[in-house]
Formats: sequence, C-alpha cells, structure tokens
Amino acid sequence: MSDRITLADLRQILVESAGEDDLLLGDIEHTPFAELGYDSLALIETAALIKQRFGVQIADDAIAGLATPAEVLDLVNGTLVEAG
Amino acid sequence: MTTTLTATEPTVVTGIGVLAPNGVSAEDYWRATLAGRTGIGRLTGFDVSEYPVRLAGQVDLDPAGRLPGRLLPQTDRVTRLALVAAEDALADAGVDPAALPEYGMGVVTSNASGGFGFTHTEIQKLWTRGPQFVSVYESFAWFYAVNTGQISIRHGMRGPSGVVVAEQAGGLDAIGHARRNLARGARLMVTGGVESSFDPWGWVSHIASGRLTTDDDPATAYRPFDPTASGYVAGEGGAILVLENESSARERDARVYGEIAGYAATFDPRPGSGRPPGLGRAARLALEQAEVSPADVQVVFADAAGTPELDRQEAEALVSLFGPYGVPVTAPKALTGRLYSGGPPLDVAAALLSIRDGVVPPTPSAAGEDYRLDLVTGSARRLPVRTALVLARGRGGFNAAAVVREFPSTQRS
Repeated sequence: MSDRITLADLRQILVESAGEDDLLLGDIEHTPFAELGYDSLALIETAALIKQRFGVQIADDAIAGLATPAEVLDLVNGTLVEAG
Repeated sequence: MTTTLTATEPTVVTGIGVLAPNGVSAEDYWRATLAGRTGIGRLTGFDVSEYPVRLAGQVDLDPAGRLPGRLLPQTDRVTRLALVAAEDALADAGVDPAALPEYGMGVVTSNASGGFGFTHTEIQKLWTRGPQFVSVYESFAWFYAVNTGQISIRHGMRGPSGVVVAEQAGGLDAIGHARRNLARGARLMVTGGVESSFDPWGWVSHIASGRLTTDDDPATAYRPFDPTASGYVAGEGGAILVLENESSARERDARVYGEIAGYAATFDPRPGSGRPPGLGRAARLALEQAEVSPADVQVVFADAAGTPELDRQEAEALVSLFGPYGVPVTAPKALTGRLYSGGPPLDVAAALLSIRDGVVPPTPSAAGEDYRLDLVTGSARRLPVRTALVLARGRGGFNAAAVVREFPSTQRS
C-alpha cells in the first residue's frame, strides 16, 4: 500500500469508478466534482476504491463535503502522514 | 382516476429501434426475418457443453462502442442494449429531444430479468472479497426499472414514466401504458422492452423454468405450433418504439408507421378453476377497443410458446375468434427465440413493417396441421396488411393483446 496518493492515482480511480471522460484529462485538481459530472454515488465508489488501494476510510458523510480532487488528496495524504 | 381512451386522438408509432438476434437494426432484422434467417445458435458467452440447454438467440453487437464511457461502469449489458435501441428509435423518428419540452416526453419500458450479468459479478465480489468491493452501482444496475431510468436521464425526458414487469406480456403492457400516458397529456413516449441475461447465473435461471428446449438444431429447436414442439429458445434484445399523439406527429411532419389502435391485458384464472385461459379475452378486448371485428384482421403475430399444451390453448383462442384457418398466423420469434419483454415490441415492429411492405414474415420451423391454423410457414407471404393483432403471454398468468393498424392520413408524401 502506497504512503501517498498523487493526482495521477486519483485520476485513475475516478476513471475506474465512473468511466472514461474527456473532462478528466485536463487540469482537474481544483475543479469541483459537480463540474466533472461526479454525483454522490460516483464519489462513494471513489471512496471505496481509495479505501482498497490506500487503506484510508473516508466516512460517507465526509465525502459529501469534499468539493474538489485537491480536497480529497489533502484528506487522504493527511491521514496517511498521521498513520505513518 | 379514470381515463377514457376512446375519446382521445390516435396513438401513432413514429420511430423503431431494433436489436434482435437476427439483425441489429430494424431493416437488418426485417430482411433476415422475411428471408427466414435465424439468429439462434449455440450460446457463446461461456462453455455450455455441460448444460442441458445450449441454444440461444444472441444479439451480435457490443453496445459499449456506442455509449459514452461514463455510462459503462454503471450499466449491465441489458441497459446498454436498451440505450442503443432507444437512440436508434429516436433517430428513426427524427426526434431531437433537446428541442421538445422535457416534461412532455416520458419513458415506459418493460423488463423481466434485470441486469443479471452485472449482479453476478458484484455478488461474486461480495462473497469472495467483502462488501466494500461491491460496486455502488449495483444499487440500481440490477433493477427492472433501470432501462427506463437511464433512457430518461440520457435524453432529458422528465414526463410520465414507469416500468412494467409481466414476463413476456410486459412488452405489450409497456406500449399500452405509454399510450395511456399520451391520452393523459404527454406528447411523446419512448416505450418497448429489451432483455439480456446470458451470464451463467442468468442461464441456469432460464433453464429452471422448465420451458426451454434441450434440442440442438438451431433451425428446428424452437418450433411453435408443431405437435412435436419441445419448448422455446431464450433470446436477448428487443425493440424500442417512439409513440406520439397524432397531432404531435403532424406538427413535426413525422413519418408514421401505423397506429396502436387497441390494447388489453387479462389474467388467467387460478389453476383448476375450469375456466378458459385469458388470452382470447385479451384479444377480444383489444379488438373492441380498436373498434374492429376479427374479419378486419389480416394477420396475427402469435405468442407461440413452443410447448404443445400452451400452443393448443393459443390455437383454440384463435379458432374461437377467427374460425378454423380463419386468419394468417405467424411467429417470427421462432427466428430470434423468445425475448421476454423484448419479444412483443419486436412483434409490433414486425407488424408495422408488414403493413408498410404488404408482406407477412414466415415461421419456417412451424408445422401446424393439427391446430386448424393458417400458419405462414415456409416463406414470406405477400398480403396487403391493414390491421394486425399481436398476442403475448407471460409466465404467471399474464396475457396481453395489441391491435396495430395502418394510418395513411399522416404518411409523409
């Protein structure tokens, strides 16, 4: 299990959880999930894949508060640092 | 709430989308069907050599290539096929949904099996790896209503929508309900049914019905109205239709295939009651609603269960209504297998194309001498068709009938 999640890792997980889309090819770090077409189900699926790959559990109610990929990266990497 | 259908304007069909085992467009299907070309063959998805049933009607299309990537993680094959058929039907109708009022368009489909393959994969993850590995999309990808939902979302159709489940008969019930929604004020309905459930779990579920043939010859295995009939072949696919009120179709200057002039559904009486099955009553009620007599009907698209007892019951209903050898009867589903909810909408499509081209497709595998029916066997029969009756029965006592009629007054010149 990796000690850090990168934007590339997250991009891969986003594609796996909700499908290929040109929207994901650009600079998405600060793009709101709503603009990327990610609804609550897609984000729950994203969180499940993050748990499987990085061991970080994001609570279902916390997912709704994460607005951009950058916020997900901060949360996951913050938890990984604490655990490390 | 009551709605008097006879007081409303005609319901016309303006678009047809077909994905059938013997053709992946309406015209491909129609050419193959008129030529008596079968779409039945050995199931290819996995090794069926150890299974008692080995033949199926499979749609030769990978629908993933025709859909945006975003829809793939959340859809079973059945929904992908339904989305492609709906897109084809709308294109055939010349409809741009974005240009029409979103609350004036609805979707009513039927489905009898759900998303078997998707669920098979996810349930396998559940018991081998744990619940956290199960896709969140399992929550709806399995569901009978998902085809309606995904079509509605994709095309922005927020009007009256729904799903009906009545095994094979559901395919006509969907069309009947879509017609009801038009009578209540919708201007356009996307309707019909599509099925696909040929993963190993789906396959054993089909076999468990006990009604599938164990024969191995694709040309003769499913031979409805043959005294030696041994069951049916299961198929995948179906048809999606675009239905509109006459005035909406006129407003768009749309080509009209024909009219859904009557529809009725009945239940069989409880087993052992001694009362006759409900199929004949459904046929009578549909004809009454269309205000046509049996003598006005040029062809019947039969349910054609493919077991001697059920075939005999259907033949008795037809003889009682039309007299012995009283009307040409055909069952092109012998070339595709029974498609569950997809079968009757495909028969409605075939009826509309029979009206258009003045020709009735054959049931090449049928014999029928013992049933006092004028079966169209051998090859297609040239015949002016103005009115067709489509029959459907669903396991569990469901019966449905629809009257499909020519509608010359809105033909585009």
